[in-house]
Amino acid sequence: MANVLVNAPKTAKKGQVVEIKALIMHVMETGYRPGTNGRIIPRNIIQDFSATWNGREIFRMKMSPAIAANPFVSFSAVANESGTIAFRWSGDEGFLAEHQVAITVT
Amino acid sequence: MRGLPTAAVLLAVFTGSLALAQGDGRRSGYRDMSPALQKMQDDDTANPAMLFVQAGETLWNEKAGTAGKSCADCHNDATVSMKGVAARYPAVAAETGKPVDLEGRINLCRTNRQQAPALPAESDDLLALSAYIALQSRGELIAPPNDVQLAALRTKGAEIYKQRQGQLNLSCANCHDDNPEKKLAGATIPQGHPTGYPIYRLEWQALGSLKRRLRNCVVGMRAEAWPYEATEYLALESYLMERARGMVMDAPGVRP
Repeated sequence: MANVLVNAPKTAKKGQVVEIKALIMHVMETGYRPGTNGRIIPRNIIQDFSATWNGREIFRMKMSPAIAANPFVSFSAVANESGTIAFRWSGDEGFLAEHQVAITVT
Repeated sequence: MRGLPTAAVLLAVFTGSLALAQGDGRRSGYRDMSPALQKMQDDDTANPAMLFVQAGETLWNEKAGTAGKSCADCHNDATVSMKGVAARYPAVAAETGKPVDLEGRINLCRTNRQQAPALPAESDDLLALSAYIALQSRGELIAPPNDVQLAALRTKGAEIYKQRQGQLNLSCANCHDDNPEKKLAGATIPQGHPTGYPIYRLEWQALGSLKRRLRNCVVGMRAEAWPYEATEYLALESYLMERARGMVMDAPGVRP
């Protein structure tokens, strides 16, 4: 189970711009570093991060080996309707993490 | 009842300003960081060390070893029982009568109480548990206990601290006592107070203990680092905590 920390407001006014922050534990191994045995450590990164609001995509990001371990992503969205914000990280070695938060829009 | 939250806020502001300026010229490494990094540390959803804290909380409640006990089975709620604990270590362990640091204390509990194998130095699990315990001392004042054995250890630590070593022939004091707030290459030299350990160091892209930080400095002096179990670290840790007595803990910290 991946270790995730998400910071999004629990409530918002309709039309308000809200800031959403997502932090996940991941080694983000670049695939360029030699290990102690001199061989290259295989690449192990998160390749894709996306967020959906009630199923509609609001943010997507392609990640590269240049991104540091435990990537932290912050973005904003306009609050239009109450519901669920769902986050999805996928990457090398079959990595998949999902997380959901609820938001009430008034 | 209205006055209570206000008092709490005032107290928070007061302890906050304590952390900012000690009054006696001592500065936490937190003060020497950029405002961006300070913000990163202060926001519990941006501070990557909090990922380890989260893992540590799970471990705290997880049964381990042949005794089938979790930390919580003896210590209950860590937010109550572990308050201020990290601010008092290294301390003398009751069962062995010898000084140990926080990581050593965790491993004593594992081997003696849980009947589980000791966690390796700098392993994710050991760091996660120590980060979770250290978090409970956030805002507490560093208060090393008084003990003859610890006093001897501190004296030894002070000697090592002032001893020049390595190919660069430097002592800890050459940088952290004589030249703090100046630059070593691009980095600001802090005074070297261990207020935020374990720290998430951006250069490491990982959480690390005070021992790892000390090893880093020793390697930087081009001296040979002691093995992880060496008493030199315990001596240095004891001396540094005594040197930082009365300073505010800001663990788990973020450092550049």
